[in-house]
Amino acid sequence: MTVEANVRNFTINFGPVHPSAHGVLRLILELDGEVVERVDPHIGLLHRGTEKLIESKTYLQAVPYFDRLDYVAPMNQEHAFALAVEKLLGLEVPRRGQLIRVLYSEIGRLLAHLMNVTTQAMDVGALTPPLWGFEQREKLMVFYERASGARMHAAYFRPGGVHQDLPQALIDDIGVFCETFPKALADIDSLLTENRIFKQRNVDIGVVKLEDAWNLGFSGVMVRGSGAAWDLRKSQPYECYAEMDFDVPIGKNGDCFDRYLIRMEEMRQSTRIMKQCVDKLNAADGKGPVSSLDGKVVPPKRGEMKQSMEALIHHFKLYTEGYKVPAGEVYAAVEAPKGEFGVYLVSDGTNKPYRCKIRAPGFAHLSAMDFLCRGHMLADVSAILGSLDIVFGEVDR
Amino acid sequence: MDDAVQIDPLEALGQHIADALGDAVVLREVLFGELTLTVARDSIVSVAQFLRDDPKCRFISFVDVCGADYPERDERFDVVYHFMSPHLNQRVRVKLSTDDVTPVPSITGVYRGADWFERETYDLYGVLFSGHQDLRRILTDYGFDGHPLRKDFPLTGFVQVRYDEERKRVVYEPVQLMQEFRTFDYLSPWEGTDYVLPGDEKAKQ
Repeated sequence: MTVEANVRNFTINFGPVHPSAHGVLRLILELDGEVVERVDPHIGLLHRGTEKLIESKTYLQAVPYFDRLDYVAPMNQEHAFALAVEKLLGLEVPRRGQLIRVLYSEIGRLLAHLMNVTTQAMDVGALTPPLWGFEQREKLMVFYERASGARMHAAYFRPGGVHQDLPQALIDDIGVFCETFPKALADIDSLLTENRIFKQRNVDIGVVKLEDAWNLGFSGVMVRGSGAAWDLRKSQPYECYAEMDFDVPIGKNGDCFDRYLIRMEEMRQSTRIMKQCVDKLNAADGKGPVSSLDGKVVPPKRGEMKQSMEALIHHFKLYTEGYKVPAGEVYAAVEAPKGEFGVYLVSDGTNKPYRCKIRAPGFAHLSAMDFLCRGHMLADVSAILGSLDIVFGEVDR
Repeated sequence: MDDAVQIDPLEALGQHIADALGDAVVLREVLFGELTLTVARDSIVSVAQFLRDDPKCRFISFVDVCGADYPERDERFDVVYHFMSPHLNQRVRVKLSTDDVTPVPSITGVYRGADWFERETYDLYGVLFSGHQDLRRILTDYGFDGHPLRKDFPLTGFVQVRYDEERKRVVYEPVQLMQEFRTFDYLSPWEGTDYVLPGDEKAKQ
């Protein structure tokens, strides 16, 4: 005798305060049993109108808004904005400024990848990795604080260079960190990479073919996981990345596990770059100014203001009126930890941006949730979400 | 060494695209080392298709779609597309203009990733996209009214929300500013004036 089952789809609401929603994501999931039929992400719960606010601020006042986008790696965002403004102004950043920018971009990459790898592990049930990873993040945030005065919202990369020079003791401490960090990373690696549960939850989950990845607007780890040897630091080098020696890891299968492995390897490569930066900063040609000497864009130092009338006027004008940027439009992108973070900046020749579009990698990645999750089990949704590396500051803007 | 003129690869690429697309490309320019094509509104889908599939272009990577508002123009909105070609290691920007009632053909059929970006453009600017499967608001609140990134939308918005203890729910109220909205016009002739300062005309030359 057959029992006629009454089959119907379930629609469930996931988030917006679910711990593995990585912030404020609301997902409407349509389920057939435990199989996901359709995903409809509802975003915008953290929308603050950043782009609108930037339009009413001067170029310098717009910088701190970029810290609040991807708040896991704040300086990488500022970097894209600084590059866009510098492109319009035709400003050259001195070598030491470039080295410091590269150094802190890589610290940002470590911050973001440590956060992502370990919380992804937590999403699939492991509790220890976040504790170990956050210990390292804490040290990195102290480096942020010692350079800029703030652990997170640094406002350190400003158009023209960086705000202040690094003290020698800080450079030495970063050098020491680069020696000890690989050991800590190896510990996290030993917890996860060969872990049976972690593999069962991630291998062959959320597979993306390379063609789809490009078409969906993916970038960064999401295309590298699918086999593209594409890294803006290598292919369209900005600052002094061209002279840095590092490798770009790529995946074969395009699944969550490959993306995890790439992030782990990128952290090792970032440590390599940081070491090189420290050496170059200590070398003779690594000394010098940290930001452009163009007094019409970069404010003078305090000491100068006490001596020079011109510096005092520049200081006053730059912090009230700001500088005017020649009319035009540019797109500048950096390889942020999460992918290609771009700024499309339109200037009308005044002291405020006319339009500043922020192209966040997470937005494109999250938009593919439906594509990625269809046909997967409910429990895989959080694994996929974890491997997309979503931070809502940048998705919602 | 002959003095053959070195052709900029971006210029050459722009020339190639303009030749192939004919009338669809209204204007092409290379500024700040970036190629910008202004195209006719209704040809955007074929332009995107060409850029993606042409063997000399292969702009297979979708980057961005966004709007920009220029209220003084007849067609006040620009819709700006960015694509990237990993094979050429080049980027291209495609622009077209529209107003608040004329729909722009959606490129979601060519680049699936454009889905949310077009929704965002619709949400923030009110640009309509024809052929988009699911043109809903995306970033703003449920039931939001207006398009916040338009230049005529005030920075403070129109409504504010708070939790009402008596009604036990969130209530929407018209915006009340505790102090006057402060906006300063700092624009001044820092580099010297190009007009005669009042009183200067009396000075003896």
